[in-house]
Amino acid sequence: MSLMTMIVKMSEGLSKTCAIFFLTLLFSLPLGMIVALLRMSKVRIVSAVTRFVITVLRGTPLMLQLLAVTYGPYYLFGSNVARNKLIPVVIAFSINYAAYFAEIYRGGIESIPIGQYEAAEVLGYSKFQTFMRIILPQVIKRIMPSVTNEVVTLVKDTSMAFTVSYQEMFTIGKQIANSQTSFMPFVVAGAFYYIFNVIVDYLMGRIEKRLDYYR
Amino acid sequence: MADNKNTAGSGLISEESPGDPSILSIRSLQKVFGAHTVLKDISLSVNRGNVVSIIGPSGSGKSTLLRCATFLEHADGGDILYDGCYAIRDGVRASKAELNRFRTRFGLVFQNFNLFPHYSVMRNITEPPILHGEDREAVRARAAELLHKMGLEGKENAYPYQLSGGQQQRVAIARALALNPEILFFDEPTSALDPELTGEVLKVIRQLAEEKMTMVVVTHEMPFARAVSNRVIFMDGGVIVEEGHPEQVFGSPTQERTKQFLRNYQQ
Ligand SMILES: Nc1ncnc2c1ncn2[C@@H]1O[C@H](COP(=O)(O)OP(=O)(O)OP(=O)(O)O)[C@@H](O)[C@H]1O
Ligand SMILES: [Mg+2]
Repeated sequence: MSLMTMIVKMSEGLSKTCAIFFLTLLFSLPLGMIVALLRMSKVRIVSAVTRFVITVLRGTPLMLQLLAVTYGPYYLFGSNVARNKLIPVVIAFSINYAAYFAEIYRGGIESIPIGQYEAAEVLGYSKFQTFMRIILPQVIKRIMPSVTNEVVTLVKDTSMAFTVSYQEMFTIGKQIANSQTSFMPFVVAGAFYYIFNVIVDYLMGRIEKRLDYYR
Repeated sequence: MADNKNTAGSGLISEESPGDPSILSIRSLQKVFGAHTVLKDISLSVNRGNVVSIIGPSGSGKSTLLRCATFLEHADGGDILYDGCYAIRDGVRASKAELNRFRTRFGLVFQNFNLFPHYSVMRNITEPPILHGEDREAVRARAAELLHKMGLEGKENAYPYQLSGGQQQRVAIARALALNPEILFFDEPTSALDPELTGEVLKVIRQLAEEKMTMVVVTHEMPFARAVSNRVIFMDGGVIVEEGHPEQVFGSPTQERTKQFLRNYQQ
């Protein structure tokens, strides 16, 4: 198989790689905020349970979580494994990344000085207005570097979908590598991820620049 | 004052307490942190157009008093009335909606400004009244006027980090004034400033005093307190030790603790 054919075949999986990437961000970024707010809840039991769930999600391999979400229902309830593996893959990724984003959000929220809340309260901002207008914009600026880190990691983590044989780019590359006994597909995969991340870095840098107007 | 006590606890919390001309009156205020009673039986009232300065050593409860009056802390006992209406009665707060209405009557200027760093000077000042439903253009015009008064023309589009501490504090004062409060609280407004910037902020407060703005100022600037106040309150250990006309408190204090505090201050 020529290098060109490899690249073409693997590119066909790229759309699925992108699907995992974008859908995971779409769901995990807001879900992470909900988890962060639960984690900071004043109701002890809520924050304790959330904290436990976060430690499990961060303390066990994403690969295991992928297997659990994809095949768990079959072993537990005898239900069929989802025909479209994209669904369990995105669910597992979203939940896992939400746990990481939650901790980033929490760190960001807790780093905002209490005086910001107090000033807003005295000026008559409601709790919701305070969060949306005063706190959140400052949090976003502060957490951008950490979020960029996670997004870069997510690009690379999409390759883990091979554990459930979801036909994204890396899974296809691995199959070609096996059938052709060639290392070349891995080099191609590496190049794809690298280029993907160069783009991610550029875009995140642009966002950070736009938030540079204040300190 | 005491005869109003017997009505406490009955009926509507925010009903009027008759015959009280003051904008703010605080009666037997108590505040406890854990096992530590920080405010013990504080009573004071502030008349319209007056400037009241609060002085006292660190930890005497000055900030806590202002924070209770502005609802940032929950008073544990006593009454707080604005314009004769109960905001807090026997340590019980009025409803959320009512407290929000009381909040429109006062402004608070913090020691460290607490401007919103992601907003321009203009937006810092205009957003609160706009959120209260005021007309955008009217608010902007008023903000421009206030900035002029604060000596901050041309800074509309600056961000807080681009301003000196003294300028930031003047923006904070403009932000509080933009809501047209009846009374303005200051908690050590110049303590976070370099000495050469203190004057410009004190000058603005002095100007407000001349315009008969009602103010309560916690300060360590004794000459300033002596010059602008109608009344000075000396606090120590959570109680008001001495209060009176500034010439009396500074010139011939009667209490030993006041004398000692002022003596330490002059050194
Ligand atoms: N949130 C809190 N929890 C526990 N104790 C508190 C809290 N806030 C204040 N205190 C205590 O209450 C007392 C009064 O504090 P406060 O800040 O009102 O003093 P202050 O007169 O403003 O002092 P300073 O001149 O240093 O600002 C202090 O002993 C302080 O430690
Ligand atoms: Mg203080």
